[in-house]
Amino acid sequence: MAHPYLPHTDADIEKMLGVCGLKSLDDLLSVIPGELRLSRPYKLPEAMSEPEVRRFFESLARKCQPLTCFAGNGFYDHWTPSAILSLIARSEFLTAYTPYQPEISQGTLQYIFEYQTIMSRLTGLPISNASLYDGATATAEAALMMVASARKKNRVLISATVNKAVREVVATYCKYHGASLTEVAEADGVTSRQAISAELAKGDVAGVIVATPNRYGIVEDYTGLADEVHAVKALLAVNCVASTLAILKTPGQWGADIAVGDAQSLGMPLSFGGPYLGFMTATSALMRKIPGRIVGATTDANGQRSFVLTLQAREQHIRREKATSNICSNQGLMALFAAAYTSLVGEKGLQEINRQGAAAVRALVGRLEATGKFSKAFPTRPFLNEVALKTSVNIDELLQRLADNDILGGVKIADDMLLVAATEMQSADDIDRYAAIAAQL
Amino acid sequence: MEKIYYTPTHEYLRVVENDEAYVGITDYAQHALGNVVYVDMPEVGDEFSEGDDFGAIESVKAASDLIIPASGEVIEVNEALTDNPRLINENAMEAWIIKIKLTDPAELDSLMDLDAYNQYVESEQ
Amino acid sequence: MNRQLYSPLIFELSQPGRRGCRIPDNHLPLADDFLAANLLRGEAVNLPEVDEPTLVRHYNNQSTNNFGVDSGFYPLGSCTMKYNPKINEEMAADRRFAALHPCQPDSTVQGALELYYDLQSALSEIGGMAEFTLNPYAGAHGELTGLMIIRAYHNSRGDLKRTRVIIPDSAHGTNPASAAVAGLEVVSVKSYPDGTVDVEALAELLDDTIAAVMMTNPNTLGIFEHNIPRIAKLVHDAGALLYYDGANLNPMLGVARPGDMGFDVMHINLHKTFSTPHGGGGPGAGPVGVRKGLEQFLPNPRVEKLADGSFRRVDNPESMGRISSSLGNYAVAIRALSYILTMGCDGLAAAGRLAILNANYIKERLKDLYLLPIEGICMHEFVFDGLRDKSTGVTTLNVAKRLLDHGYHAPTIYFPLLFHESLMIEPTETESLNIIDNFIDVMRNIAIEASNDPETVKSAPHNTPISHPDDTAAALKPVVTFDQLQRNDS
Repeated sequence: MAHPYLPHTDADIEKMLGVCGLKSLDDLLSVIPGELRLSRPYKLPEAMSEPEVRRFFESLARKCQPLTCFAGNGFYDHWTPSAILSLIARSEFLTAYTPYQPEISQGTLQYIFEYQTIMSRLTGLPISNASLYDGATATAEAALMMVASARKKNRVLISATVNKAVREVVATYCKYHGASLTEVAEADGVTSRQAISAELAKGDVAGVIVATPNRYGIVEDYTGLADEVHAVKALLAVNCVASTLAILKTPGQWGADIAVGDAQSLGMPLSFGGPYLGFMTATSALMRKIPGRIVGATTDANGQRSFVLTLQAREQHIRREKATSNICSNQGLMALFAAAYTSLVGEKGLQEINRQGAAAVRALVGRLEATGKFSKAFPTRPFLNEVALKTSVNIDELLQRLADNDILGGVKIADDMLLVAATEMQSADDIDRYAAIAAQL
Repeated sequence: MEKIYYTPTHEYLRVVENDEAYVGITDYAQHALGNVVYVDMPEVGDEFSEGDDFGAIESVKAASDLIIPASGEVIEVNEALTDNPRLINENAMEAWIIKIKLTDPAELDSLMDLDAYNQYVESEQ
Repeated sequence: MNRQLYSPLIFELSQPGRRGCRIPDNHLPLADDFLAANLLRGEAVNLPEVDEPTLVRHYNNQSTNNFGVDSGFYPLGSCTMKYNPKINEEMAADRRFAALHPCQPDSTVQGALELYYDLQSALSEIGGMAEFTLNPYAGAHGELTGLMIIRAYHNSRGDLKRTRVIIPDSAHGTNPASAAVAGLEVVSVKSYPDGTVDVEALAELLDDTIAAVMMTNPNTLGIFEHNIPRIAKLVHDAGALLYYDGANLNPMLGVARPGDMGFDVMHINLHKTFSTPHGGGGPGAGPVGVRKGLEQFLPNPRVEKLADGSFRRVDNPESMGRISSSLGNYAVAIRALSYILTMGCDGLAAAGRLAILNANYIKERLKDLYLLPIEGICMHEFVFDGLRDKSTGVTTLNVAKRLLDHGYHAPTIYFPLLFHESLMIEPTETESLNIIDNFIDVMRNIAIEASNDPETVKSAPHNTPISHPDDTAAALKPVVTFDQLQRNDS
């Protein structure tokens, strides 16, 4: 039976084989040694019709339980405006390749230019690339970029308060690349500045990576850090959560050279881990060191404003092993998502979203503290919409009881420590239900 | 007395005096690259051994490492190229990239002179 | 369409006070000073302020300046621009997958883990491998992961001097770039005149410092590396592993399996062979498979099936490490599994052969006008070295730009680097004979035009929304944000 995505009729095949001077489709395989050819069908199901495919996925979807989400750990449950889902489904965007041919790719190139501008404004740094895979790999790329920029120095410091998964990915990249990575201790939930100073004094540090909000949700104060890092000719990279930059002091304001992080918090569906969006912005001095695609503005032969992929000479397809990175793509469509989201929600909307999350997490913490079984792990530290709690209850049991009631109660980050977060999506009623279950344990 | 030496990777080295020399890329190289858009240059004080990369040169669609023809310390970089890298396209022999103090002038003996370089370029084509 | 009306940037449409989205108010109290002033940015971001209709029209109109697979034929070599089925999108959009937080307990995501396991099993069957990870985000990320797995394998045996990787001169530029990121030194091996890897030259290079040989089969010339069994034996005898770059896997569907060819580690581009959309450059996915005996080196976390039929995520101490935040671009994996089910074993087997047929048919019908440097049956793609008639000075770039005028995307140009005027065509199996015949007619007309009226070809494109953007100016003084653009204008 004809397959819906394979247009060839038997007559077509016969005619085409004739032009090639061949008799059967298998004649095309004559250049492949016989012993290498697959002599049996794949052990896979026969072709399914659309209703059958739906039934298959329905059976899996029934075994998934979306929960009212009080978890963060880098990824947050925000509302996705309907208009965005409609726009990113436009097949002119969805089914396009990387915009190598600018004459027929202005749609993609223009939204990436808009995205770069928005990320530059959010992070307070003048240049941005066209995006990277996720926040963890973006941070790893920052580590390699700092080492490459330093030429002779090969060591990167990373604060222990950076999210665990991010630290692990950075460690993987550094380990195989041959860059030396030192984890700097934390003190009372924040980066130990003494420990950083001691490491910087050794004179071999190419760059420093810190985070805010950090792995405990704490908004760290990096006053003076950039000067200290720059004094030893090292670079400072700050990992941050994109949506929080509407109100928090920016990496640029802290004096950082590089801002990296995940932009999932700009309304992107949680999607069980992806696709998300890694971002990277930097100072102008790093323009030619930044990895990945970059879109630039120019004019065409008629003087029209146009956009092109620029600085391609740094990239893998030209520089091969000398490239700034091996990355060939970006998260194109998710850059459109970020540009459309920030424009729809706007300045005031993004501030409100941050305030709603901050209010909700404070309400939850208040109710949990009232049970007498929970307390803030770092009571004096400032936080935005996420906070680490110490608790005497069995966290696994708590999370299971909450899940049984369709609530994701947070993320266990130590045997006695629970990380809880909130956004505009959790109502007072949701908080009541959470607190009631916690009180019963 | 000026003497100019050439490398198989299309750099030139123009000795001026006191073992000081200008290093740049040849006219043939600039032509092959096309419009130069960026020159990645080292810093004054950097030291390189013969054959080291001392920087890179980029056009729109190509990039090439810069190889130092002979060992030396960078005593000057051509700042004019930062604002206008296309000076190299206009006159590659004038638009030197770095000036170095040679540490081992004897190395120059292994480089090509103009005749040898011209022959080399022809044989490459 | 009227570009003058719709060409503004979103910033130029912004009007203070407009809103495109209402934020829920949960009426929970928050003190004004909930954060100290020194932790706040204290100044506006200056985000665009637009209403929803303005925003939707803005991006809808931008999209009409774009070309996608749904717009027309994309003969882009090595990119496998096949049709992206619509049911895949619908399956991936199901809220019961899309709303899952990656930190949810395993008990609440059994269906999602089963889906991951099903896809990795299907890819293992197609690749002839023991197990796949879906965690890498893209083809290049898969290469990097695969090379790290290879390094973890050698390291686990205390074999620490293997720090070099051999890559053919015809390889994708990503291969050497990935090797460099993975801390490996690149050694290039040349090709025979027929375009396949020079086996004697390879044998010379193999010693106990070689960690791996990276190859793609068919190679970037679209030629099947028929010496692959000999190469695999040489590589394994030297103690190295053989890596398969899955960029060119499409013609192997139903035809041959990398595992059976002797490859130890491979990646697959789901956005190529398994029809997930390219999205203007991403998100894609680059699952990595390994042969039996290497599973323990796969990145963390892995998805494991337990004896009772349930699934869980596990971290393995021997793993090469973590390569992504969680389980990769999960929504892309859903699309790929939907494709595999819709195609079925029979459809997949037909796809490989039809991709090869389409490529050979185009090659045969154009080789009298375009220079075919290597004769013979090709796989899914082939490379011309420009026009046969080069007397008028029309280049591959000119031909590519002229194709845009006729409603086709350009082929891949100036790659591979083995020829001066490379023009690489990959039609994929989803293009009908009607489209292909029309494309051939256009290519033939361009060749004739190049001889008779070369200026028209050299000055192409003529019918596109923009024409001849100034790349040099863009690279000389890069303007990468609207703020820079405004400063330059004022």
